[in-house]
Amino acid sequence: MNAAYEFVTGPLAWLAWGIFLLGSAFRLASMYQLAKAKDAPSLAFMSWSYSLRSIVNWLIPFNALGWRKSPAMTVATFVFHICLLVAPIFLVAHVMLWDQFFGVSYVTIPDSVTDILTLVVIGACLFFAGRRFLQPDVRYLTTGKDWLALVIVLAPFLTGFLAYHQLLDYDLMVILHVVAGEIMLAAIPFTRLSHMVFAVFTRAYMGSEFGGVRHARDW
Amino acid sequence: MGIQERLIEDVGLRRGVSRLTPEIIEKIVNAVLKGETGARLKTYAETCMRCGLCSEACHYALSHPGDPSYTPAGKVHQTMSVLLDKKGRVDPEAIYGIAQIAYTECNLCRRCVHFCPVGIDTGYIMSTVRRICHKLGVTPQYIQDTSHSHSATVNQMWVKDDEWTDTLMWQEDEARDELPGLRIPLDKEGADIYYSVIAPEPKFRTQLIYQAAAIMHMAGADWTMTSEPGWDNSDMCMFTGDFEMMGRIKRVHFESAQKLKVKRIVMGECGHAFRSIYDMGNRWDAWKMSPIPVIHSIAYFWELMTEGKIKLAKKYPGPVTVHDPCNVVRGRGLHEKLRELVRFLVDGDIIETASNREHNLCCTAGGGVINCGPPFKNVRVAGSKAKADELKATGVKTIVAPCHNCHGGLEDTVHAYKLGMEIKFLGDIIYECMEKPEV
Ligand code: SF4
Ligand code: SF4
Repeated sequence: MNAAYEFVTGPLAWLAWGIFLLGSAFRLASMYQLAKAKDAPSLAFMSWSYSLRSIVNWLIPFNALGWRKSPAMTVATFVFHICLLVAPIFLVAHVMLWDQFFGVSYVTIPDSVTDILTLVVIGACLFFAGRRFLQPDVRYLTTGKDWLALVIVLAPFLTGFLAYHQLLDYDLMVILHVVAGEIMLAAIPFTRLSHMVFAVFTRAYMGSEFGGVRHARDW
Repeated sequence: MGIQERLIEDVGLRRGVSRLTPEIIEKIVNAVLKGETGARLKTYAETCMRCGLCSEACHYALSHPGDPSYTPAGKVHQTMSVLLDKKGRVDPEAIYGIAQIAYTECNLCRRCVHFCPVGIDTGYIMSTVRRICHKLGVTPQYIQDTSHSHSATVNQMWVKDDEWTDTLMWQEDEARDELPGLRIPLDKEGADIYYSVIAPEPKFRTQLIYQAAAIMHMAGADWTMTSEPGWDNSDMCMFTGDFEMMGRIKRVHFESAQKLKVKRIVMGECGHAFRSIYDMGNRWDAWKMSPIPVIHSIAYFWELMTEGKIKLAKKYPGPVTVHDPCNVVRGRGLHEKLRELVRFLVDGDIIETASNREHNLCCTAGGGVINCGPPFKNVRVAGSKAKADELKATGVKTIVAPCHNCHGGLEDTVHAYKLGMEIKFLGDIIYECMEKPEV
């Protein structure tokens, strides 16, 4: 077990972070090259201020028309994304790892709180899954790629929760948890999770068009 | 559920599909995807989270509750997603349905933009699907006919050159009975304003030219119209996906104005033509914005109002509701000017529809859908049920709609849902209410 733990928190972690960071950089760079080659008429309209205007307005819950028309989904989406970022970044055990490997340390949040955040992420994933099963329009759109993305995100939180509460074999769960987290990182550039990399640009373009050319709100 | 269960016979689509083979399709689809699209389409296809938030946006979906195949992402799912996933390897029958969705079940109105958190432009995707269908030669017959007319005559309605000038002189003649000093100045070099119309005006809405001339006359405007091709600012090629022709007719239009060395173009109350000169046609011709300033009638009338150049003899009896045409509201933000103008012209309140200003519901005629003609009229009217409900809830008798296409669509909607409402152009109201000298 120890050797396995060493492996997943050592070389495998380097690999996962490498794929995530280099993969994202590569995808961004190649997308930018493609945009320069093929989307010059769109690039020409990009504007910092209107991009920001759009991004900020969409980050305010219930501000955009779309958020207002689907309140449950809005709450789920916001809460999910916030917890998804906050829980792993500020978890005591994760910060300890940073400290152990790189000697960097920063604020943490108490485990009892992270525990709740984790449950919220799991709950939100179940909510998204429920929509994919039960809501006709979402079911109609759902493809294998969407399920894959959901499972990839759910796995580290579920295993983390099980490990923390020592509900099943603790050692195994920790290893599964680390691996699941690494799969998630590595999957970001190459699955639906790539919206983490690209959505800011699609949003920015829409904001620039609507702000600079159409003189209308895009939210 | 889905397009295969609601295919409608259309000569143009049928004939186009009959000439296709899977090899031709694969070749052309990939030629367009590789040659004409790039990061924009790619990121849209990849980052669409299939979340369904946009379902609430589309009047087609709202008018067909429970049928997800009418939602924005649902339509992309049946069209562009198929072409991308199968890398263009689809059979001719599938193209029929794909074309029917793209041409007749999406108005390119972009309302869904207000619903998509990641900023996906379904209108752009559907436009690109149309581009592919055009290249495949699969276009609805009626709209293709108008597109042919653009190619042959540089106007949408097969109006011959002499018929055009004839019509203008006829309207001038008529109007001089009422306003003796009125002229429709042709080819006046250096005029402040070049007034442009769409071809349906000389063809069957000549009163609009009359009214515009009367308003220009009373406002004392220094204006002109061209006697040469280019007078028509409309553009059905933009909607069929014939972008080469779109570029050509826009160039003729702009150059005819440049030749007359006018200061700017004022265009009539048309929405789609505005999209063509302000958004799509100019970009195809590699002009970031239009090469000569162009303003829509709403903005022009608003200027006349603020400068005190429209003097009213009476106000139009309200209350009224305002229909916001997508292309000048979501496309140019003219909604507040429109309301200021209506408040000036109308005695009584503006009773807003539930979805108003940028968030308006489309008339369901736009994006060339009405131009696909009678075979698709019933679907179109069925798709406007959501709009009809909103109009009905206002309880008023008058809709002010500053767009030709919207008029066509709303007339059908008002009739089909027995709304008993009249539909007015701004020009109708201004002409009716402005001071005119006694003859
Ligand atoms: S009709 Fe309008 S709202 Fe519906 S999909 Fe097309 S662009 Fe979006
Ligand atoms: S709202 Fe945007 S991301 Fe969600 S399904 Fe519609 S187009 Fe896709």
